[in-house]
Amino acid sequence: MAIEPRRVAGPFARMRMSASWRSDRSELWRYIGWRLIQLAIVLIGVSVVVFFTMHVLPGDVAMLLLGDRGTAEQLAKLRLQLGLDQPIIVQYLRFVVAAAHGDFGTSLTSNRAAFADVSGAFPVTLQLTLAALTLATFIGVPTGVFASLKPGRIFDNVAMTFTLFGVSMPIFWLGLMLLLLFGATLDWLPIGGLYGVGIEPPRVTGMSLIDAALAGSPSIFWDALRHLILPACTLATVPLAFIARITRAEMMATATQDHVRTARAKGLPRARVILRHVLRNALIPIVTVIGLQLGLLLSGAVLTETIFSLPGLGRLMVDSILSRDYPVVQAGALFIAFVFVLVNLLVDLSYTLLDPRIRRA
Amino acid sequence: MTLAASHPPFAATKQRWYAPVARVLRRHEAKLGLAIVLGFLFLTVAAPLLAPYDPYDQELSSALSPPSAHHLFGADQYGRDVFSRVLYGSRTALLAIVVADGLALVLGSALGLVGGFLGGAVDALVMRMVDVLLAFPYLLLALIIVAALGPSLTNSMIAIGIVYTPQYARLIRGQVLAVRALDYVRAARAIGTAPWRIMLRHVLPNSFGPVIVMATLQAGSVVVETAGLSFLGLGAQPPSPDWGALLADGHNYFLTAWWIATFPGLAIFGVVLGFNLIGDALRDQFDPRRRT
Repeated sequence: MAIEPRRVAGPFARMRMSASWRSDRSELWRYIGWRLIQLAIVLIGVSVVVFFTMHVLPGDVAMLLLGDRGTAEQLAKLRLQLGLDQPIIVQYLRFVVAAAHGDFGTSLTSNRAAFADVSGAFPVTLQLTLAALTLATFIGVPTGVFASLKPGRIFDNVAMTFTLFGVSMPIFWLGLMLLLLFGATLDWLPIGGLYGVGIEPPRVTGMSLIDAALAGSPSIFWDALRHLILPACTLATVPLAFIARITRAEMMATATQDHVRTARAKGLPRARVILRHVLRNALIPIVTVIGLQLGLLLSGAVLTETIFSLPGLGRLMVDSILSRDYPVVQAGALFIAFVFVLVNLLVDLSYTLLDPRIRRA
Repeated sequence: MTLAASHPPFAATKQRWYAPVARVLRRHEAKLGLAIVLGFLFLTVAAPLLAPYDPYDQELSSALSPPSAHHLFGADQYGRDVFSRVLYGSRTALLAIVVADGLALVLGSALGLVGGFLGGAVDALVMRMVDVLLAFPYLLLALIIVAALGPSLTNSMIAIGIVYTPQYARLIRGQVLAVRALDYVRAARAIGTAPWRIMLRHVLPNSFGPVIVMATLQAGSVVVETAGLSFLGLGAQPPSPDWGALLADGHNYFLTAWWIATFPGLAIFGVVLGFNLIGDALRDQFDPRRRT
């Protein structure tokens, strides 16, 4: 068997490393640039979908603004003011320019700027989503790891049965059942809202936990935390189940590979083999799945906020659709899509840091 | 003489068309899933025979009465029998699977087939459309479509169908790209067969297997999402007996009448579990990496 001669670090070694590092970095920047171009194309597509979907509606914004009270003359005047007499392409371009400046018009229900309503509700959704994702990751990954260690044994069977239940559970039903059990029957946790009655710390970030912490009162923080537990657990259920299942599957697939067998043959401690050789190599698909949960979480947040009466973006969107408040629907839809696409980009870029082979592909 | 007769060893190893399905059904969880799904289909057909009351019948004297021999799952705020409404709700769920999953399958297959087969600018256009649709969290896209079309059961099913279209389009495009390079497709091209005929007669049937598996996998999700839209008030409207709408009723009364929300939720959970059990078994069967 031919043995490759050992490379001796010579005077050019540092130069070689530096060149390779520079080439890696330029590849990374090229990849980021390409992904940003793709992002721009997708965002243009998203704005087209949002704008034209709202223009499929019978009637127009002027009719909605005036309601039944408006005369034909008033309607014509308002249409002129709003530019609705212009060709649809001109209207779209004006919409895009205004949207780029955060101007989506005025909410028909709150009379505030539509974007102000959306950005005001977003921190509630963000906090809920982050809390659920943290729970799902910190419970899901260890569950998957432990289940993979002894497949077919009792812990694996119990964990996989629970994850199967988790992915099959309609979260709007689970939320109600948790409310019924822990809120109404046992009276351990509050049944909705961000804070208890009469408690409202000054709004700084819009995220109840952070605002409560900034208020400097442990009792307010504890109250905000108690209000977050049930919604976060409800929203975390489905992603947790997915993360646990994919972690188990990837761990089992990686554990049979040659480098793991070599690590075991070298006599490395079991924990080190599992953490350094198996889990680390199984991480990319796991991170992918964790990243993919964002869509699930943002969708689930709509239902969770409705059940737990949280004033988040999901609930605002549903209320706006039901009250035909289209400026808010447009602002909310574009905002969520923008956040979603941006986070997906960041998740994609994180793979390139975890595995350089991806950007060379 | 037939080819099989002249090559007995090949004839001996020839698989029946149902062999993969039989292999899937050897698994206990697949059997359980199939039993649940068949039970669900039976209930949709037999609902009028099994339901003790008309799902719309109001009996105000029984309003909010708990489960009893009279009302097996209790009664709602108008005294309507929850058991009968849950039974009839299975029909809406089945309708949602057929319409929403069917729409996604047809639209997605058409897009994926045309894009994958024609390639070039058409493919690029189709794939950018798919990317744009995937740029929305799925329920948000459904909300936007319902906002445009107006809240109703039909519109919510159309919305869910559109939401799932990109997944089918991507899947079938991948299949088509593989199939169109095969010899029999090239042979069909060489003898001058019309492109549409090659697409429909040669490429589509040979690309369709995984799509059917995906349709089964998605059926449970379609039930949950249609019910979710109804729960939000954007799908089936009162007084229709829809599981999501029943849950929304239960939400308003959950402190005093737990049974209104509990049983429709259990029904959704059961059906989704059934489809997921079958889906898991199918995935294990058709994914070689999982099979090992």
